[in-house]
Amino acid sequence: MMWLTWRQFRAQAIVTAGGLVLVVVVLAVSGVQFADNFHATIAGCQVHGSCSQLAGGFLNALKGSGYGVIGQVAIALTYAVPGLMGVFWGAPLITREIETGTFRVAWTQSVMRSRWLAVKVGLIGLIALASAGLLSLMASWWMHPIYQASATAGGSDSAVSRLAPAVFGANGVVPIGYAAFGFALGLTIGVLVRHTVPAMAATLAVFAGIQFAWPRWIRPHLMTPLRSTTPLDVSKINQLMIDPSGHMYVTASVSKPGAWVLANQTIDPVGNPFTGPPTNACLNQGIQACNASVTRLHLRSVVTYQPGSRYWAFQGIETAIFLAVAIALVCFCLWWVGRRRLS
Amino acid sequence: MTVALQSRALTKRYGRRQALADCELSVPAGRIAGLVGPNGAGKTTLLHLAVGLLAPTSGTIEVLGESPASSPAQLARVGFVAQDTPAYARLSIADHLKLGARMNPGWDDQLARRRISDLHLDPRQKAGKLSGGQRAQLALTLGIAKRPEFLILDEPVASLDPLARREFLQGLMAAAVDQELTVLISSHLVADLERVCDYLIVLQDSRVQLAGDVDGLLSTHRLLSGPRCDTAQLPPAWQVISASHTDRQSTLLVRSSEPVSDASWSVAEISMEDLVLAYMSNATVAPSRDRTLEVQR
Repeated sequence: MMWLTWRQFRAQAIVTAGGLVLVVVVLAVSGVQFADNFHATIAGCQVHGSCSQLAGGFLNALKGSGYGVIGQVAIALTYAVPGLMGVFWGAPLITREIETGTFRVAWTQSVMRSRWLAVKVGLIGLIALASAGLLSLMASWWMHPIYQASATAGGSDSAVSRLAPAVFGANGVVPIGYAAFGFALGLTIGVLVRHTVPAMAATLAVFAGIQFAWPRWIRPHLMTPLRSTTPLDVSKINQLMIDPSGHMYVTASVSKPGAWVLANQTIDPVGNPFTGPPTNACLNQGIQACNASVTRLHLRSVVTYQPGSRYWAFQGIETAIFLAVAIALVCFCLWWVGRRRLS
Repeated sequence: MTVALQSRALTKRYGRRQALADCELSVPAGRIAGLVGPNGAGKTTLLHLAVGLLAPTSGTIEVLGESPASSPAQLARVGFVAQDTPAYARLSIADHLKLGARMNPGWDDQLARRRISDLHLDPRQKAGKLSGGQRAQLALTLGIAKRPEFLILDEPVASLDPLARREFLQGLMAAAVDQELTVLISSHLVADLERVCDYLIVLQDSRVQLAGDVDGLLSTHRLLSGPRCDTAQLPPAWQVISASHTDRQSTLLVRSSEPVSDASWSVAEISMEDLVLAYMSNATVAPSRDRTLEVQR
């Protein structure tokens, strides 16, 4: 049974392995240079006390550079691979056998079909998990200097939090959870839809939908966010808006190094969200007078955030959720295929 | 006498469509049983139920005394050659034999290799590149080399040319004799089965119309022709399967275990094809209640 599974999967496995080797080599070579680059940039900075500034410069220089592109490709690949595994490995696993009628061959040998499916899912699923894990390991290692620089640079605008949605799902162990879920999702849709192309399309749509919705509406609530209330720092105002109906909105950035900032709200001294009215200085005078007038309003910034120290807790919780759903889906497929008789 | 396949009130519905209705069937072991019926009669449904690819909506089916596909051991005792003889297009013939060896404890590798070389097939050839006849032979090889007690074949020759058809059936018969196989083979063409079967099942409109030993069926059915008569006045032991009348003459297909002694009738032997056709055309008019016929047990 193992032999048949491997024999059917061999060609895809070789192509995947080839692609992975290429990616790993590119990331390994460029990653070593990238790390050297970073260490050279901040070398001896303690003496001059310029570490924060140099690290910020390193991060700013990343934008538009070759390293920046490699980093983005690594992130994109790590995000894409679990979905692709669901679409190209999970969905066709059963549907191809149904469409070609070969399941009638496989299921009438002396092997129970639940075992047939379990072996297929086990072998190919493990390859999927291992591939995603390897890719994520490489991406995490490659991006390490960016996080180091971000920690050193403190409140720099270019600092990247590991919890930020753009990178969180491409590092650590969550890609393994995504790969398990993507593969199980493709398998399940294949078992229910029974046609390869519609199953692949549906898998892609559902997986992409979940990847879109998850960091926006679900991940922020996996742990209760922290709130901090600080006086509004007028020197860090990043948005000041006056609308014709007589409202004024103002927010100032609050430095939370390493944190994932979910919301930043400005409240008045009573505690209500600040909506104006606009000060005369802001309506009629220059920026400095306006800022001074805002200071006199005694506004406060309320920041809702997930601190960077929760990174591994988030990784663990999210991986566990996706793995658990994947296991549930596989169990469903085993039960469905064993009970429901396809013909 | 042992029974290879036994079904009781076997029914399969797909949604509201009835594919098989109240099927009472008993196929004795050691026979070559032909399952005949027009396309859509429920042959494939019945065979898929017999190998456990389908589960019945109601009723029961037992194959070799066990529920189909209930255990690896039961699966090992039953071979199946599916309709259109599917094969893994990208795997070679040798890969298919290895598949058989890996997935069947009783696999007879010598037999499989001998069959492939007797057929002058190149083991390295991909199954996707085989002709229909060659692929059917590959599927038959998989089914036979598994060393089952009971081999079930679903329209294996339907898409083959006459020569490939004959070669396939010859191979099947040789294996059946060598291995003392019980065989259940379906076809919508009586002619395919006439030469090979010694047991006949006629399926039409999702019901079993006739089942029995071929010799017994042929010896108890007679084609009678004589002066025009009223079928109501015939001897009660005669079961009239079909009757046609002209102004002066009546032609009857009659089932009776007693010889016809009335000299006013001229008696003719009946071929298997005539018999099947009579039951098939009869079915739409009046489905016989006497469906499971005990013949020469």
